[in-house]
Amino acid sequence: MQLALLILMPLLGALLPAVRRHDPVVRLAVLAALPALASLMLLLSLLPQVLAGETLLWTREWVPTLGLSVSLRLDGLAWLFATLITGIGCLIILYARFYFAGKSTAGRFYTLILLFMAAMLGIVLSENLLVMLVFWELTSLVSFLLIGFSWDKRGARRGARMSLVITAGGGLALLAGIVLLGQVVGSYQLTDVLAAGDEIRAHAQYPLILSLILLGAFTKSAQFPFHLWLPHAMAAPTPVSAYLHSATMVKAGLFLMARLHPALADTELWFTLVTITGMLTLMVGAFVAMFMHDIKGLLAYSTVSHLGLITLLLGLGTPMALAAALFHLVCHALFKAPLFMMAGYVDQATGSRDMQQINGLWRYMPALMVLTAIPAAAMAGLPLMSGYLSKKMLFVESLQVSSPDWATLVIPVWVTLAGLFSVAYSIRIFHNVFFNGKPVELPIYPPKKISNSALSPLFLLAAATLAVGLAPQLAYQWLVQPAVSAANGLPLPPYDFSQLGARLPLLMGIVALIGGLLFYMARNPLFAIHARLPEVDAKEIFEWLMQRCIRFSQHQVYGLENGSLQRYLALLLGTAVVMGFWATEGFRDWQGSIALQPLDAMTLLGGLILCGAAFGVAIFHHQRLPALLLLGVTGLFVTLTFARFSAPDLALTQLSVEVMAVVIMMLALSFLPQQSPSESRWPRVSRDLIIAGVAGLGVALFAFAILTRPMESISSFFLANSVSGGGGTNVVNVILVDFRGFDTLGEITVLGIAAVAVFAFTRDLHLKERAVPIADENWVAEPHPIILSMVARLVLPIAFLVSAYIFLRGHNLPGGGFIAGLVTAVALTLQYMAGGLAWAQSRMVMQFRPLIGAGLLVALFTGLASWVFGYPFLTSAFGYVHWPLIGKFELASALVFDLGVYLTVVGATLLILANLGKLMTVAGPGKEIG
Amino acid sequence: MELLFAITLGVLTSTGVYLLLRARTFSVVLGLTLLSHAVNLFLFGMGRLKTDSPAVIGKALEHADPLPQALVLTAIVIGFAMTAFVVVLALKAAVELRNDHVDGEDPNEDRP
Repeated sequence: MQLALLILMPLLGALLPAVRRHDPVVRLAVLAALPALASLMLLLSLLPQVLAGETLLWTREWVPTLGLSVSLRLDGLAWLFATLITGIGCLIILYARFYFAGKSTAGRFYTLILLFMAAMLGIVLSENLLVMLVFWELTSLVSFLLIGFSWDKRGARRGARMSLVITAGGGLALLAGIVLLGQVVGSYQLTDVLAAGDEIRAHAQYPLILSLILLGAFTKSAQFPFHLWLPHAMAAPTPVSAYLHSATMVKAGLFLMARLHPALADTELWFTLVTITGMLTLMVGAFVAMFMHDIKGLLAYSTVSHLGLITLLLGLGTPMALAAALFHLVCHALFKAPLFMMAGYVDQATGSRDMQQINGLWRYMPALMVLTAIPAAAMAGLPLMSGYLSKKMLFVESLQVSSPDWATLVIPVWVTLAGLFSVAYSIRIFHNVFFNGKPVELPIYPPKKISNSALSPLFLLAAATLAVGLAPQLAYQWLVQPAVSAANGLPLPPYDFSQLGARLPLLMGIVALIGGLLFYMARNPLFAIHARLPEVDAKEIFEWLMQRCIRFSQHQVYGLENGSLQRYLALLLGTAVVMGFWATEGFRDWQGSIALQPLDAMTLLGGLILCGAAFGVAIFHHQRLPALLLLGVTGLFVTLTFARFSAPDLALTQLSVEVMAVVIMMLALSFLPQQSPSESRWPRVSRDLIIAGVAGLGVALFAFAILTRPMESISSFFLANSVSGGGGTNVVNVILVDFRGFDTLGEITVLGIAAVAVFAFTRDLHLKERAVPIADENWVAEPHPIILSMVARLVLPIAFLVSAYIFLRGHNLPGGGFIAGLVTAVALTLQYMAGGLAWAQSRMVMQFRPLIGAGLLVALFTGLASWVFGYPFLTSAFGYVHWPLIGKFELASALVFDLGVYLTVVGATLLILANLGKLMTVAGPGKEIG
Repeated sequence: MELLFAITLGVLTSTGVYLLLRARTFSVVLGLTLLSHAVNLFLFGMGRLKTDSPAVIGKALEHADPLPQALVLTAIVIGFAMTAFVVVLALKAAVELRNDHVDGEDPNEDRP
């Protein structure tokens, strides 16, 4: 729980500055510092356990089936990073109190910084790799928001976008890599993954996994060629640059490489990928930094170079190289943050960050000069400073490389050269800013004063840098040793700092120092040469690339998606046809083992009529009325098909539905054009014919293949248990109201919803004109013929009787609620047609929507009732009673359920019909129906 | 018999798909109806074709598969509700867009 608190405190604490954002900056800083300090203190209190080599774990299950649990882990490595994150975070909060003095955006800044702190702690403390990914993406997002902090500036927006695209893109690669890794290991828990190193390295997918994970790490840690986002991230406020883009977030990739070291490292591929990337980044960063005139730009490229250095050390793979990497990581965080803070103060005091303008500031800010001298000296690697030791460790490790052959010579020379550049730019940032003559055309002159209290965070960091430089053993024992042991699982021997005085490393250091000095002295002619080189603006190239991508996808989307539903349907059906074709490719065995049943003349005739009518509908669809009549014929013959193949219930249902459907379409037709204009040209028609033809052929073949094969149905259960379990002999009905009653409940609900939707749609539908005038000669002039209305009235009671009969016998013989409901609805529809809407409506005793509701409730409560008796939902009960005169009669609770079905069907059908019919009446009945 | 059933299914599917691809809402409604006939028959056919053997205990010696029948029965009723819904949609579109083209606008020609 302590581990969760570590993350939760800054996470929840982020709310405080957000809520109190109108408070003065001082109070906001205190509010923000509280959770950060609390986390730091908690971490320090856990130090004894970490030093003792313990690994603290905390787990909460989340989605166990996915291998996802919220589990946290604190060991030496996590502790080192977490302490850096919270410790430097506290100082940044302090620094921002001066940086944001008098600005109104401090609340937003503090909220985001705390959010970032929580996310970053999440990365280093996660035990589950998937959870770590979530935090990983969160840092990318917060970094995006912080780079774009001054969102009214174009540079900030572009820089933010660029960093998001690169780091989040890398995050996707990381996601893929980690999912693959988890599948290979069978678990996403770090403990399992780290223990499975040999298995992973031997796996066929190891190169892929490694590349994907490294891609994520490299993009986050600004490794060449993904380093481009980091200099552009300098558009962020300086506290952000100091914190996210030098001390913490960019170290997340390095952390990941150190964390997964036992699982992924120690292969040739690892060495090649990581070392070479590190070397390139180291050199590119160090070289370009020298030519940056912007202070923050120089610091950004120097950060890139230091990140490359650490990557290079991680790539070497020996425990000592790992120790050197982590040692340098700590040193870098300690000396780079104060340099950024200095850049921020200089920027605010002079209004410029251009080192061609800023010169000779020692006169105006001597204290800042002294506090800059220490980290700058550490960055250059001067003796007594922390950077001196870490650079020497690098030289020593570079000399240890024994294979491959090229590396034994190249790496030492390479790192010496990079050391030379780093000396040069370190001298430059110090000498150029504080000496080198007088200021040139500063926007603010003389520069503003910086209060001494504002220098306190720099002081603390500079003191820490000095302390590490003076007492390296202590820093090593407390910070690095447990971290390395935790990272590779082996105890690490104490580091022999005296070996740094050996001849060769010392020589390399002297070469770098003198070379760097010489390089700096020769800077002016070099700058002149550099200025003449064509300038390549990475941001422009990036923007251009983005624009191209966007235009390309726009083109693709609009090319495919032109707003024509007709076209989407064609694409959809076409795709289905192609997929079906592809899936059955090579399948020849269309006729199965069952012998075909003999065909009799009547069935053949029926089939032919059905086919003919279907073709007729397609051919005559321009003539809508004949097409509709032919559609009725197909419906009728589908009914007969059901009857022919032993499905009396289906036949009854289809018959009554068919009547209703044709009536509804007739109603619709009177508002739609009577004829479809013939507008399809032959390419379109032939394309559609091909799609339709292939679809039909496919369905026919598929159906034939299935019909001629034997099958094992689960229906024997229903047939065997229908009478004993459900109390009915009509198995179809028993399935509907008993075995699968819950499905039926869902289905009548859908029916009710559809009906209410029709009601809602027609309510505010005002048909302005009829498509066909009433007086058209083709239409019957008499709206309600007398014979029809007389007959209809006679039929009604008979129809009710029939539907009652069908309803009651439904459990045992073909019939039931659905069919009875439809028969009732047909009979009532006849009244509407014969007597007119107003006439029929005035005689309806009930509204339809309550009828639907009542039906659904009856069905639902029948189901619920079985709970009362301690049975599962919708368990049916039945018994037999002897009524006088009638004799033995079955009473089943399923009958009540069927009553619900009946009521819903009647209500829904009539609601649909009456509302469509209402549109017909010219004046309308005045009140709504339903 | 199976062959005839399969061919009929094919014909219903073909005509349904062809009408679905037409440009006017009414044709699409017709096509949907034909296609739902095809689908219902197809589902029904999954229980294999049996004659003179309704799934009523005691009325026949053999019984057709009752499960697809129960499935199709509700499918028919819901299919009807959906047809009604599509019809109302078509009406509404026709009124509001003054046009019964499926794309909602009167094209001079079919789009590519």
